[in-house]
Order: sequence, then structure tokens, then C-alpha cells
Amino acid sequence: MVTGLLDVTELACRRGGRRVFDRLSFSLGAGELLALTGRNGSGKTTLLRALALLAPIDSGAIHWQGSDVAMDRERWRGQLAWLGHLDGLKGDLTVRENLLLAQRLRGGHGDGVAATLATFDLVALAARPVRTLSAGQRRRSALARVAASAASVWLLDEPLNALDMPGQAALRAALAGHLASGGSAIAATHAPLDMAGGRTLELGA
Amino acid sequence: MKGFIALFQRDLRLAWRRPGDVAVVLAFFVVATTLFPLSIGPEANVLARIAAGVLWCAALFASLLSLDRLFASDHEDGSLDLLLLAPWPLELAALAKCAAHWIVSGLPLAVLAPLLGAAFGLDARSLLALAATLAVGTPTLSLIGGLAASLTLGARKSGALLALLALPFCIPTLIFGASAIETTVSGEGFATHLAILAALALVSLATLPWAMAVALRQAGE
Repeated sequence: MVTGLLDVTELACRRGGRRVFDRLSFSLGAGELLALTGRNGSGKTTLLRALALLAPIDSGAIHWQGSDVAMDRERWRGQLAWLGHLDGLKGDLTVRENLLLAQRLRGGHGDGVAATLATFDLVALAARPVRTLSAGQRRRSALARVAASAASVWLLDEPLNALDMPGQAALRAALAGHLASGGSAIAATHAPLDMAGGRTLELGA
Repeated sequence: MKGFIALFQRDLRLAWRRPGDVAVVLAFFVVATTLFPLSIGPEANVLARIAAGVLWCAALFASLLSLDRLFASDHEDGSLDLLLLAPWPLELAALAKCAAHWIVSGLPLAVLAPLLGAAFGLDARSLLALAATLAVGTPTLSLIGGLAASLTLGARKSGALLALLALPFCIPTLIFGASAIETTVSGEGFATHLAILAALALVSLATLPWAMAVALRQAGE
């Protein structure tokens, strides 16, 4: 058996009685990026939610550093940063408040928030309530939340959604920095991420 | 614990940013209670007799009014996923949200109720009993309502369903809350009733966050 940091073996998920994917195995090491591709409905989001233990797993196992994540859910969750198709930001709070809050909800102190605001070109927007931002600006804020989290595994669902070219460049820079520092990431995406060292897993093929 | 405090503060801050939501709850409480003197008539002895029941019922409805947004807003903007993924127990997150809900609805209701009670002609001791029983009883309402809110998450017309689910379970609190004022009027104290309300609140506190966490995980799937 291949042993990376994250090992997924024979994973199967059902949704509404329908099998979304079956006997899916892959492993991910430090500094690796896995792009999930596949048509609409091929199970990219379901796989990400299953990896985060948000969706039930039918059979198979997920191991992190050799131990089953279902055994110690909170430890596994502590490793994860999540970007769903919803941004997970509070409209009535400012961008900075949202980022600080997300850190504190994970038990952190808010270190690195200032730096990530700069990476995603959000300094000028930091004091604005999120509800006044455009979709792309919100997506950037949500990505900044992920980047500031100091988690080792990033799970990203369509991270390029609504991003303009500078936003995409900022995401690539943040991802590259995360991978270079030994982190890993799994991203469901339609558009190619164009990242060096990225592997691709096509679902529903 | 740090996460608990962060979430509790966040919900208070969100309520502070939207003072209208709290104002609507309190305004509903005032309007609903004033309807009774208008419909029943201004006989002082009748009003004093029904005051406890009217105020308690109105407080119950008012606190349910804001509950359908308790988890729904987090569900809609994706924040619920972040709570589900937080590396600390979801039970504590549910408790933090109910605690914040109580601060912005139950507590103001308990403060406001004696003013309305005075208008109904209740004496000073009864007003004290009213405020005390509401302060001790409304946490139970927030917790029961929180469970109903988590169970109806994602349902259409969740507000009506929530009330239908929560109201029957609020009956014990309502009975002991309202009858405390009657026993005070008749000269007995309300300490026993207060103790029973506190017991109901503690039982809810010890059990309902677990049920809420289960319901929220289901909704997250």
C-alpha cells in the first residue's frame, strides 16, 4: 500500500440511494496538490465533503498519518481548511472580522490575517462588511480565510469560481506557498489550475 | 472553550449589527400583550388575574419568533460547515448559539415584562416573580427552540413547523412560570416554582445540545 500523509482506500459514497463513486483510492503526500476533475455530478463535491467527514462514507477508509480519521475526528478537522461552494462568511461582519473569527473558531489567535489580506489584495476592503462586496471579492476573502488558517490540508471546491485574473494569480501564489511549506491541497475544479507538480484525478471516468 | 467564546461573541456582535431583529421581538411582545386588555376590557381585577398567563404566552411566542434564523442563516452562507469542521465539539457550538439567542431575546423579555405587568395592575411582589421566572424559564425556551430550529433546518416554511414542534415541549415551563405569579398573588412565595423552572432549564442544558448537534450533522449532509 502506498503511504502518503493522506491515504484514501476503496472509498465509496452514495447520495440519495445512487452510488456517486466506488472503490476510489489515492494518496497524497506533503507538498502535493490533487486536482479533482470530472463532469457536473461526477462526485467532486461529495468526495470533498466525504474527506471532511461532512458526508457519510459508505465503505472504505481515510487515513491521516497512518491513523483512521474516523477514530479521531477532531484531530483530523484541526488539519483541514475548507472552502465550499458557499463562502462561509458573515455578511454583517467586515472582511477582517470574518478572518479573525474563522481563526478563533479553529482555536487560533488570528496570526497571519494581515499577511493574507495583502496576498489576496484585500487590504483596502478589510473594513468593509462582506455583504457589500462583489462575488469575486467574497471568493477572495474566503480564500484568504483558508490561507490564514495554517491548516495542513486545504479542501477547495471550485476555488477559481468568480475570480478575476489577479485573483487567480493570488490563489496560485498562496497555493504554491502552502505546498512549498509542506502542506497539501485537494481542489475540485473545471478550469485547469496550471500549477507545477499538481496531479489530477478524474472522477466518473 | 476558546471557540465557544468566539462563536458566542460573534452571534452577539451580529445581533448588535442588526438591532432591528431584537426590536421586532420586543415590539411583538408589547403589541401581543396589549391586545388582551383591548379585547377583554379594562376591568382591573380581570386583567390582574390573566396577566401572568398572557405575559408568559406572549414571551414564549416572541422568543420563538427569532429562532427560525438561529441556524438557518449559518446554513445559507456556509458558516455551518465551518462549525461542523471546527476542531471542538459541535454540542458546544449549539450551546453557544442558544446562549447568545437567550441574551438577545430571553433576557430583554424578562426585563421588559415587569413594565407591562405593571400596566396590568400586578403588585410589586408579582412583578418580581414575573421577572425572576422569565429570567430562569426563558433559557429553556431558547434551548427547546434551538432543537426545533436544528430539526427544521432546510425545510420550507420552517417557521411554522418550528413553532409546532417546540410549543408542546414548552408547556411545562409555561405552566410553572405562569402559576408562580398566581401563587405570589395568593400570598405564597414563588421559590418552589423558580426551583422547578431552574431544574427544567438544567435538564434542557444537559441534554438538548447533544440532540441539536446530531440534527445539525444530519443537516450538513
